[in-house]
Amino acid sequence: MNIHQPRADVTARTLAIVEELKGLEGPLLPILHGIQHEFGYVPQDCLPVIARELNLSRAEVYGVFSFYHDFREHPAGRHVLKLCRAEACQSMGGDQLAERAKRLLGIDFHETTPDGAVTLEPVYCLGLCSCAPSAMFDGEVHARVDAGDLEALVAEARR
Amino acid sequence: MTTKIYIPRDAAALALGADKVAKAMEEAIAARGLDVTIVRNGSRGLHWLEPLVEVETSEGRVAYGPVKARDVASLFDAGLVAGGDHALCLGKTEDIPFLKQQTRLTFARCGVIDPLSLDDYRSHGGLRGLQNAIAMDPMAIVAQVTESGLRGRGGAGFPTGIKWKTVLEAAGTRKYIVCNADEGDSGTFADRMIMEGDPFVLIEGMAISGIATGATKGFIYTRSEYPHAIATMAEAINIARAAGVLGQSVLGSGRAFDMEVRTGAGAYVCGEETALLNSLEGKRGIVRAKPPLPAHKGLFDCPTVINNVISLASVPIIMDKGADFYRDFGMGRSRGTIPIQIAGNVKHSGLFETAFGLALGEIIDHIGGGTASGRPVKAVQVGGPLGAYFPRALFDTPFDYEAFAARDGLIGHAGIVVFDDTADMLKQARFAMEFCAIESCGKCTPCRIGSTRGVEVADKIAAGIEPEKNRELLSDLCNTMKFGSLCALGGFTPYPVVSAMTHFPDDFKPAPLVEAAE
Repeated sequence: MNIHQPRADVTARTLAIVEELKGLEGPLLPILHGIQHEFGYVPQDCLPVIARELNLSRAEVYGVFSFYHDFREHPAGRHVLKLCRAEACQSMGGDQLAERAKRLLGIDFHETTPDGAVTLEPVYCLGLCSCAPSAMFDGEVHARVDAGDLEALVAEARR
Repeated sequence: MTTKIYIPRDAAALALGADKVAKAMEEAIAARGLDVTIVRNGSRGLHWLEPLVEVETSEGRVAYGPVKARDVASLFDAGLVAGGDHALCLGKTEDIPFLKQQTRLTFARCGVIDPLSLDDYRSHGGLRGLQNAIAMDPMAIVAQVTESGLRGRGGAGFPTGIKWKTVLEAAGTRKYIVCNADEGDSGTFADRMIMEGDPFVLIEGMAISGIATGATKGFIYTRSEYPHAIATMAEAINIARAAGVLGQSVLGSGRAFDMEVRTGAGAYVCGEETALLNSLEGKRGIVRAKPPLPAHKGLFDCPTVINNVISLASVPIIMDKGADFYRDFGMGRSRGTIPIQIAGNVKHSGLFETAFGLALGEIIDHIGGGTASGRPVKAVQVGGPLGAYFPRALFDTPFDYEAFAARDGLIGHAGIVVFDDTADMLKQARFAMEFCAIESCGKCTPCRIGSTRGVEVADKIAAGIEPEKNRELLSDLCNTMKFGSLCALGGFTPYPVVSAMTHFPDDFKPAPLVEAAE
């Protein structure tokens, strides 16, 4: 994921995604999702290409990109661990779990471990409030996460 | 005869290992040469028992749970295929008290059928509402929904029929149905469950809404945090389209309706309807001032019905069984049933659909069985991060829009989060402000600035800095946010804060700081 993409390649791949999705009503969010899916983040070189193709200003596209928590400006680690920080998970020890995760990984939320293995992110509700606390690891959901589960996830990510 | 074993594919079950159980079951079935097929159903909503495995027997479905992959061998040894006894056996599913006490109208099929089998859906009463609707005049459909007393289940409680009538009467060649599936409130998962467990009911509800109002296009706007719901919904839409439920001629009626799923990008405020519309249009999810109402000028400035998932999913049964049938459930102006989501620190967690009117304490103590930790209940937050914290003293409040409002609370999307006596209500109040600061769209000042100031003031109270003055300041700030904000995010954040201060004043009087020696 960490490989630098040459600019021409970014442009071509961006154009392909825009071409596929620009017929949708309100295509900008689907396009940004498509870009993030393709590159793992939203390379800033994409934005002027999208703006030109959708006949928007670069500021408008940047404004949309930067509004939403999901879209990353930089690549994430090889694995992404999202911990739910919302009330239901708090009621079941979510805060302590988060502190433990930070200690285990040696990073804070929104950071990536120096070896590039794991990015730790907060998430506000995975809809698993009836089996809290919950987490999402590389898109897979985990519920009733305890200290042991967390250690297993971190160990898996470090491998 | 082939025996059916049901293993849920609901995200809650998956998060607790349902896929591993399914894999172990498949292997055991093959190794033992059994005549068994596995059906991946939705969840019954008994989440403390997930993964809940069911076996179809001549006497009905028998449940086992919570099942782990390592239990599979012993389950088959105990005669699982015939509903045999085992330490994990819960008896007949329908007889489990948590399920037996419910009135399942909207969730009647959830957990029962294969969510992606249109045949299953039809054989369990599906599409009858839409069949009835296509034979009716749009005005008559709207009247039936109005008479049912159905109110918006997203939280605002606005009468659904009146909203539809406004769109029906609005001039416009292009109209939209938008389903608000941006279920971001902590403690809620009803939308997710229905999308994963019975997606066709939402499709049917939206198609009825389209036919009733003259809209031909629908969008389901859901959350990126719900990948399973997105995948199931998208697949169900394709199946419905191939079967002629959606498309140029809905069920051969000659009336067109089609729809697609759209995914948000992690912005809580997009659950607010006008921010959602902006997001769908590809803009920043910023709240719009009302008027104009979305019913007049909504998506791309066209007349738009915007309803919550549960509102739309409740329509098919109203069109099938009639307005009276639905209206006969409930109390006061809250008619029909409400899927209550019992979450957080609670023993029997899950989804409990029942007629309006049940007392809060009944839900927490008897249905929920008290806390999971076994400690006393300190507070419950009803209605998500913008809902009030209620102490035990208010547990006699009936579950009803007006009754909650009368006690400065709200039922919102009907999620309840239970906290035991270890909860620090000042910390919870601070979190409410912090969450608002993180998620504010930034359009109006009380929400954008007020929430950040709120965090600071709460920190000062916690640090013992002029606590009395700062408590007063926090109350004043809440007042400004409540009456000065453009939408419910800034406007309702004061609910958890003020309720925490009112009902748990001791938590706002931290031990005085020891004066440092000069």
